[in-house]
Amino acid sequence: MTAIDPDLRAISTTCAYCGVGCGILATPDGRGGAAISGDPEHPANFGRLCSKGSALGETLGLANRLLYPMIRCGKGTMERVAWSDALDHVAHRFQHIIARDGPGAVAFYLSGQLLTEDYYVANKLMKGFIGSANVDTNSRLCMASSVAGHRRAFGADTVPGCYEDLDEADLLVLVGSNAAWCHPVLYQRMLANKQQRGARMIVIDPRRTDTVGDDDLFLGLKPGTDTALFSGLLVHLADNGALDRDYIALHTTGFDDAIARARNIAGSVGATALATGLAEQDVATFFQMFANTERVVTLYSQGVNQSAQGTDKVNAIVNCHLATGRIGLPGASPFSLTGQPNAMGGREVGGLANQLAAHMGFTPPDIDRVRRFWKAPRIATHEGLKAVQMFEAIARGEIKALWVMGTNPAVSLPNADGVREALKKLELFVVSENVISNDTVDAGTHVLLPAQAWGEKSGTVTNSERCISRQRAFLSAPGEARPDWWIMGEVARRLGFGAAFGFSSAADIFREHAALSAFENEGARDFDIGALQSLSDSDFDAMAPVQWPVRQGSEPQARFFAEGGFFANDFKARFIAPEIPALRTETTAARPLRLNTGRIRDQWHTMTRTGESPRLGQHLPEPFVEVHPDDAARHGLADGDFARVTTDYGQCTLRVVVSERQQRGMLFAPIHWSEANATGARVGSLVAPITDPFSGQPENKATPVSITPYEYVFRGFALSRKPLELPDHAWVARVAVSGGYGYLFADNADLAGWQSWLKSFATDDLAEYKDFGGGVYRGASFRGDRIETCLFIGPARDAGDWNVVKDLFAADALGNDQRRMLLSGKSADGLANAGPIVCACFGVGRNTICDTIAGGARSAADIGARLKAGTNCGSCIPELKRLIAQTGTSGPGPRTLAAAN
Amino acid sequence: MSEPLVIVGNGMAAARLVDELAKVALGRYAIAVIGDEPRLAYNRVLLSSVLAGETTSQDIELRPASWWRDRGVTLKYGCTATEIDVGRRELKIENDESVPFSKLVLTTGSSPLRLNVPGADLAGVHTFRDSRDVDLLLSLAAQKKRVVVVGGGLLGLEAAYGLAKAGAPVTLVHLMDRLMERQLDAPAAELLKSLVERKGIEILLNANTARIHGETRVEGVELVDGRLIPADAVIFAAGIRPNIALAREAGIAVNRGVVVDDHLQTGAPDVFAIGECAEHRGICYGLVEPAYEQARVLARHLAGREASYPGSIVATNLKVSGVSVFSAGDFMGGDGSETIVLSDLNHGTYKKLVIAGGRLTGAVLIGDVADALWYLELIRTRQPTQRIRADMMFGRSLAIRSEAA
Repeated sequence: MTAIDPDLRAISTTCAYCGVGCGILATPDGRGGAAISGDPEHPANFGRLCSKGSALGETLGLANRLLYPMIRCGKGTMERVAWSDALDHVAHRFQHIIARDGPGAVAFYLSGQLLTEDYYVANKLMKGFIGSANVDTNSRLCMASSVAGHRRAFGADTVPGCYEDLDEADLLVLVGSNAAWCHPVLYQRMLANKQQRGARMIVIDPRRTDTVGDDDLFLGLKPGTDTALFSGLLVHLADNGALDRDYIALHTTGFDDAIARARNIAGSVGATALATGLAEQDVATFFQMFANTERVVTLYSQGVNQSAQGTDKVNAIVNCHLATGRIGLPGASPFSLTGQPNAMGGREVGGLANQLAAHMGFTPPDIDRVRRFWKAPRIATHEGLKAVQMFEAIARGEIKALWVMGTNPAVSLPNADGVREALKKLELFVVSENVISNDTVDAGTHVLLPAQAWGEKSGTVTNSERCISRQRAFLSAPGEARPDWWIMGEVARRLGFGAAFGFSSAADIFREHAALSAFENEGARDFDIGALQSLSDSDFDAMAPVQWPVRQGSEPQARFFAEGGFFANDFKARFIAPEIPALRTETTAARPLRLNTGRIRDQWHTMTRTGESPRLGQHLPEPFVEVHPDDAARHGLADGDFARVTTDYGQCTLRVVVSERQQRGMLFAPIHWSEANATGARVGSLVAPITDPFSGQPENKATPVSITPYEYVFRGFALSRKPLELPDHAWVARVAVSGGYGYLFADNADLAGWQSWLKSFATDDLAEYKDFGGGVYRGASFRGDRIETCLFIGPARDAGDWNVVKDLFAADALGNDQRRMLLSGKSADGLANAGPIVCACFGVGRNTICDTIAGGARSAADIGARLKAGTNCGSCIPELKRLIAQTGTSGPGPRTLAAAN
Repeated sequence: MSEPLVIVGNGMAAARLVDELAKVALGRYAIAVIGDEPRLAYNRVLLSSVLAGETTSQDIELRPASWWRDRGVTLKYGCTATEIDVGRRELKIENDESVPFSKLVLTTGSSPLRLNVPGADLAGVHTFRDSRDVDLLLSLAAQKKRVVVVGGGLLGLEAAYGLAKAGAPVTLVHLMDRLMERQLDAPAAELLKSLVERKGIEILLNANTARIHGETRVEGVELVDGRLIPADAVIFAAGIRPNIALAREAGIAVNRGVVVDDHLQTGAPDVFAIGECAEHRGICYGLVEPAYEQARVLARHLAGREASYPGSIVATNLKVSGVSVFSAGDFMGGDGSETIVLSDLNHGTYKKLVIAGGRLTGAVLIGDVADALWYLELIRTRQPTQRIRADMMFGRSLAIRSEAA
């Protein structure tokens, strides 16, 4: 492990989030936190960071951390155990199940947040030594279709281009990518290109996302019709002399079949428009722009990948680039934007069920080569089960032991409720985690193993442009958290594979990984970082970002395939004739709409990290469903209300956001919320578990769905220094706030119940506002001058201003005026404040009186003449005289209430 | 020739009436003020402040002698009126003198009630009504005499506070289960109790005085439940009785007070009554503000203008330093009304607003009284409050901003 520098200097590392892979400078504060800034030296971001990356410093708290190994004991509760006991237990149970039911009865489910070294050890252990290829990863949900598409077309999972292409392109085509929210730093690079070089942008997406600029061409196509659009494009290119005949002839095969199929799917602009639901004019404009622009990059992400025909979509796009020879050239390439920090590293390792290792597959020569390299007697010889099928096998009882590392499948997989139930059937359910609770951990885990988190662990990650960067430790690991590779190595040793898992550091593993990539490669495989296989430990620690391939004795190579050189026996690329595009499900009268799912700007995956950041909680704090105004009207929904969203697989209750940006007939719901932080907002439970035949990636964006209004009489929020258990009957969304825990809720129960709920744990120093007749209850308890807990509940549109109260909650102390106004739930900024009342008869306050004295009043009678103060009962006259005497020595109090920041 | 107008009583109501008459009927009347207190009219409300040492006896004088003189008023203070001859329009005063009048105004005020218990006539049993009482109480306090104040209303609390502030150990005994029960609901009274206790005053509720012990002087107070409180002095502050003897003996209709109509006229022609001695529509007010309102109406009436008094919506303000209390209107909130409550007891705040028919009908405020007068105005004007209901509790400026938004 990297030692923590006592001088607390900035340590360069890589962001924990998306596949852009931004460099970060983390300066530990010596108290477990760190200041975060962009690394100006890193080629992915040159110092720039997005909202999520910038807020990483707010996510380093230990509140929800798993700190010690735990095992479910006889009573059913999780108990802390020693590492050795936990590891013995895991190894023993795996051994038992493998001996009884064979290696096919066990599985690993990994994560794109694991480091390459962790991935490598997991993959080696399962495929090489346990002898099963049941190793899959949440990357299956993310970019498996791109992998499959790349492999079909290029013979290898190769990203042909690099980020510089985004700076140098004249046309940027974004397909199924909300890069503005999901890859913001790259999006900023593209905007800079637009502004500085006049590049144009085309956005192809069923939703009009924030990626669409005012001057961009937006193609709001029907879901699942991307293949039709790009088939139409291929036909247009062919029919308008835009093909690169030489490139096709020299470096590709299969063009004739592909163009024939394309004509069949969308043989003209008109046919394309019909198939996609787009206007002919828009289709024609897109085709012309693509045909006429040599430097075109087509970027695609989940809108393409997360589909039952995702692989075909990728190939339909790639076909157009192959047909024009626009691949691997500066500013011209297809470009898959990966969603996770190390999905690429996982692909390089081969940590997926349909790969073996190091960009090698399950062909006899590859199997033999890896067997020899690993000295692995029981190497898996055929593909394992991909994510969705893996969990279906668990549900059927075929897989009996599962080890989940660093991911939350009970939230993120399709049919997530079914997944959660399946997990409960496991004989052995091991989870390596950072957090002590999430939906997966809570789904009946038998063994919990504390893994090091971002900032503590050390190793490498690879971003979307094949750039390998170091993630470095800048914090000490808390409790007994350990690197994932160490945990697996210890289990491997206990399984009797100690000789193959004698790694003592991430650098050890990286060297072996690099050696395998170069092993009997000779240029036959794209992934080769052989030049790095002899790095010393200190070289590894100091390693600068490096783009692969890094072949021994070869020059660096930023791009692939401009001159062919594909990874097939004939070195040629394959055109793929895609299937006729059609969604695998039908809408019906009962499920008249389709559900699209995706990310929002400031959250990441299941919020186990971003959900800790108050800053990130501000953007879109509640789980919601976006609806087109016409659909809202048809289904009786109003903006801000609640709705029940139902599919054949599950049901959610979400806030309604009515938006013109949503396509008619389609709903959109973000994927981030779970049982751990919201009620009825597990959007994964709605998604149909239908997968792509090649990639196994599920169709997360087109599940038939119905929506009905759901009424909550009351809305409210609670803020507390300690976590709260809100009453079961309420709909709740937990929100990170400064200084404690925030909860937004809706409910139909009576207010008195909420009052007693608050009183059951509030301190004795309780302030309350009760207007039960008006449907309002608010309460705040204090410790000294600091809010301890507060609860605001009221009619739907009068529950108090969450932002105002949140700011006051964040303050260490409330002044008297702030406390007086707190339960108004409204901002007191700018309100005139007369000060404490001096003249009770006419309600004249001290500040007003002092102002008048400052304005020249010299006697009580003067004041009376101007303000009437003292002219009724006269009992304030002595105080008026005192104020006259005092003013001049000390100024009056502040005129307005200052809100806390 | 000016008509002779005689005012009996030289308290706050009398002073305000002279002031109002000077504004609307200057010179029309030759005014004589006849009062039994031996000094110029003073602000009786401030007696508790004098007792508490927050102001001086001189400082509470309402008007200097010159002011009265400038308005041509004949002042006879320290002089008791003994009889009204309604038929002859003459007021008899001590020494068998008589003063003729064309108009007579009674501002005779009220007297503290003395409980009818054994020992009530012992030396050391006092009341708290005028500046002579205050002088006496100040000398008690200076000697650190143990004082029992009987009565937990406005007057009793102010007396107890003043005495405690002046240095006397004070126990306040109150018959009811809460302080100021005629102005406060239970939570407000409870908070008030704790705030007053913080001033060093012991408070006993449900405390029914049975007798006052002592040979010749007060030695202690015994309660009906047997509790015995050692004391050197007892202050009765358990209510007031309008001074109506003069009117009653003159055959003028009286009830609890001197009965007046909406012109403040008694049953006798050209005889009027205002202030605490008057009973208007069945109500005897014990506060200064209705007296001032009555003085204003009567002055206009006597000036020959159209004026009538519809009664007052009263508000109570307790004058105990650091303990702000306000109560107005239907403070309990009965059937058909709704209440909104804001309480922050540890910060000494309790606020209750009573709403009926979409209007504010009552308010109780402890601690935060900044918007008391606004609430009083809302109660008096009966303006609809539905639109400001959500913000009304938090003050006029917030409500106005929200209403404008």
